[in-house]
This record gives sequence, C-alpha cells and structure tokens, in this order.
Amino acid sequence: MAKPLKAFGEVLKNLFKKPATSQYPVKKHTPAQHYRARIKFTPEECIGCGICMRNCPAAAIKITQINPQDKPQTLPDGKVIPAKRKFKCVIDLSKCIYCAQCVEGCPKKALKSTDEFELAAFDKNKLQDEFKHPDETQK
Amino acid sequence: MPKITVPLGPQHPALKEPGSFLLCLEGEQIVDATLRLGYNHRGVEKAAESRNYIQAMYLIERVCGICSHAHATAYVTNVEELAGVDIPKRAKAIRVIIGELERLHSHLLWLGVAAHEIGFDTLFMYSWRDREMVMDALETISGNRVHYSMNTLGGVRRDITAEQVKSVLSKVEALERRIKYYIELATEEPTVIARTKGVGVLPKDEAIKRCAAGPLARASGVARDTRKDDPYLIYNELDFKLITSDACDVFGRLYVRAFEMLESCKILKQVLNWLPEGAISIKIPVKLPPGQAVNRYEAPRGEDVHYLKSDGGLNPARVKVRAPTLANFASVDYMLKGDQLADAPLIIAAIDPCISCTDRATIITPSGTGIMIWQDMRAHGIEFYKRKGIDFSKVKVM
Ligand code: SF4
Ligand code: SF4
Repeated sequence: MAKPLKAFGEVLKNLFKKPATSQYPVKKHTPAQHYRARIKFTPEECIGCGICMRNCPAAAIKITQINPQDKPQTLPDGKVIPAKRKFKCVIDLSKCIYCAQCVEGCPKKALKSTDEFELAAFDKNKLQDEFKHPDETQK
Repeated sequence: MPKITVPLGPQHPALKEPGSFLLCLEGEQIVDATLRLGYNHRGVEKAAESRNYIQAMYLIERVCGICSHAHATAYVTNVEELAGVDIPKRAKAIRVIIGELERLHSHLLWLGVAAHEIGFDTLFMYSWRDREMVMDALETISGNRVHYSMNTLGGVRRDITAEQVKSVLSKVEALERRIKYYIELATEEPTVIARTKGVGVLPKDEAIKRCAAGPLARASGVARDTRKDDPYLIYNELDFKLITSDACDVFGRLYVRAFEMLESCKILKQVLNWLPEGAISIKIPVKLPPGQAVNRYEAPRGEDVHYLKSDGGLNPARVKVRAPTLANFASVDYMLKGDQLADAPLIIAAIDPCISCTDRATIITPSGTGIMIWQDMRAHGIEFYKRKGIDFSKVKVM
C-alpha cells in the first residue's frame, strides 16, 4: 500500500535534533575499552622468545638483542652464569595493522596495546617507533 | 534504431568499487551487458600461502571490509576442522553475535546505498546514522569498528562481559524500532515503490540456473540460507525465520534484507540473553595434520565458501575463497537486459556487490590484451616458475 509523504514526519522531527556527527578533532574521541592502537614495549620484561615476530601478520615488529657481545661469567667455583640478554624493539607504525596479536602471544606481557590512535606523520622515518633498553640509552 | 555501447566503470560515480560493465543500448534500453572484473585483485590467496595459519587469518579477515568476520570465521572453521577440535560453545555464541551484528551493519549500509541510488538521500542519511549504533556495539565488544579481530584459531579472543551484553542489548532494541520504521518507509513510500518495483527482474528458475546466492536468491523465491541448510556454530539451536520474497525484483531484495535485519535482532536477543558459560578458546597446534577442508558461511551477501589445504607444514598449502558476490555476478547481465540505462546502477547495487571480495583472479596475457584460457594460463605459470629456476623435470605436466 503506497502512502505518500511517509518520511515527512521523520524529517520534521530531525529538524530539532542535535547533529549526529561527532565533532572530532575539535572534540577528543574516547575509544572503546578494547581499542587497539599504538603498541608499547617494556624492555625489562622481554626474554627474546620471538613469538611476537613470528606471528605478526604485517612483519611490523622487530626485537633485537642489544648485548650480543656480553660473555657468560664464570664464577670462582666453576659455575657459568649466562649473560643477561637485553632486547630493544622497533615497531614500524606504517606496517602495523594494530591487530594486537603480538600482545596476545607474548608470554611475558612485555607488549601492551594503548589507545593512542593519532599516529599520522609527514615523515616516514617518524613512523619507526623505537623502544630502547634503558642500559642502551645510558651508553 | 542504431545500437550504441556505453561503458559503465571501472571508474564511475555510480559505482562504489571498480567493476566494468559494457552496456549495449538501443535508445535508453539495455539490450546487452558484458561484465569485466579483475580491477581489484590483490593476490590474497597466494599471499596466505607464505604466512603461518594465524598470520593468514588476519590476512583473510581483510579480504573484505564489511564481511571481515564472515571470511575469518569460514577460514578458522576450516583450520579447526583440520586440527580436529570442537571449540567451546561460548566461543561459538560470540561468533554468532558478531556475525549477526555484521549482517545488521551490512544490510543497513546496503539500505543507504540503495536509497542513494534511487535518489532518496534522506533515507540514505538516516540509515547510515542508525548504522552507527551497530558500529558502536561492535566497537564495544571487539574494540574496533571494522576489523573486529574477534576470531582466533580455536575460539575467540575477547570475552563479552555482563555490562557489554546490557549495552549491546539496549542498542539492538533501539535499532529494532528504527528498522521497523524503515520497513514501513521502504514498503509504503510511493517513490521507493516506483523506483524498485519491476526493476532488475530475476525469475526463480533463472536465479537457480545462475546459482544466485544470499538475499538475491531469496528475493527470487529460492529458500536458500546456509544457516538453515547446513547450520554451523549454534544456528541449529536458534529460532529465526528464513525470509523470502516472490517479487523477484529490486523491491523484493529490499524487502528480504529489511526483514532479515529484524531476524538478526531476534537472534541477537536470544544469544545475548542465553550466553553459555565456559572458556572462550582452546589451543590449536602450530602445525596442522595434512588434509583439506571446505566450509560454508552465510555472509550478509550470501554463501561464502572457503577451502583450506594443509600439507603438514607451518603454512597453509592452499586457501581458496569463493565470495558470494562472485556467485551473484552471473545474474547481473540477465537482470540488466531490458531495463533502462538509468536503472543500471541500482540493479548492480541491488546485489550488494563487493568487488574486493570477488576479485580472486586476474588474467594477464603476455601481450596485455585478449583472454587467456586455462591451458595457456597453466603453461604461462610453469614458464614463470621455470625462469625462477624451479626444476620441472620431475613434475608430470598434463
Ligand atoms: S599489532 Fe599486529 S601488526 Fe602490529 S606489531 Fe603487533 S602483531 Fe604486528
Ligand atoms: S613475545 Fe614478548 S617476550 Fe617474546 S620476544 Fe616478543 S616481546 Fe619479547
């Protein structure tokens, strides 16, 4: 059954409604609880297992050992203590698809998802998100 | 009257994605239509073979921006079948929730696009505004609006809390009221009826012959829905109707999609209110035993078929995706014939085409023109790998 002007009432009602558009970027946007954006790395926690690199779908994350030259220590009683391996991490923000698979797979919870989503940059080099190990920064 | 040929696409304001339609016109009437695809081929299937199973899942999720859950679920179901595991019921229920929210979001999006194509931009704006409610619900549950990344091999990644259930339920209820209004509007407003009735007719026998899928088939009276015919996840325990229409035209497709949205709301309310308790995922080995699996999933646009082959290694040996739009394109030229040029964008939009889902193969001939048949393509492929130094002496080439 055709009834003309069906949308008319709705149009009138909407004349007095607030705009539905959100006013970003004037008003800040608060993402949802599980939002996945920039990944943060805690160097002290990482054990260098490489699970994050193995499962990253975009090959965006790179974990490298910063102290391969450190030799194992031999104690006076003959015991050998392996050198504590330290790692740094570089995430290529232009490759990362923010799936947070790396966060999920990390056995030591060294990676975390944050809600920082405003990551655009004019310079591609700025998209290399580097997390240095504190010992490396001191050197 | 002399015939003229008008190209519609690959870049055309009326098309949202690149597809090329060559329309042969007699005056304003379309007498013949040819279709050309392949403008959006990204080599997803081949790329999946060089990734491990979990990496490939994120890739397959990106086959489509709207049916991302459909493709990912079909793929992980194959993986789980090969691994020989049955995932927890709660994970299945969560997959259904996301799947139905995705259907709502896709159908509302389609309603807006169709309204835009018939020149009813008021409806377009309203339906897209209300679609934000679904997007918000998806964001609440999964964290993202488009690529939900809810699936993982062996279950889902995130649980749904009681608060989230409440907020999603209230959104679904609000949406249900809006959908009822749209149903009224779309089925009673004379301008909508005038622009959609009798346009792009696809009779039932033709729909069956051309293997139409999803809402296109159901709008031609073919009662075909994978959720009913071959229930996956927990669909066999849910109460919902299979919507069909005998209108066989664009109006029928509008009708089917609109009422399907109501059914989706019904399913969502059932699942959200009776969410089974338990774990949300189980472990799947990194390597799968050799074998192959095929699974079907009712995506918003129709039946989505995924094939997966494992050779026991770390990566899938073969992934094949048959997106619903590919099945529906076979009907497009039939529907276009006999209609007016001005209706062409609407008829094409009425199958809700997703070109990025569909473009699974592209044909490149050495000279850059013409069509390559299968044998030539095979010979070309062998030649290509030979040049890369692969030894074919032990391979039997038929
Ligand atoms: S979020 Fe995903 S794409 Fe980004 S580094 Fe982690 S695993 Fe890789
Ligand atoms: S998965 Fe975690 S512990 Fe392992 S290398 Fe990556 S960040 Fe380090």
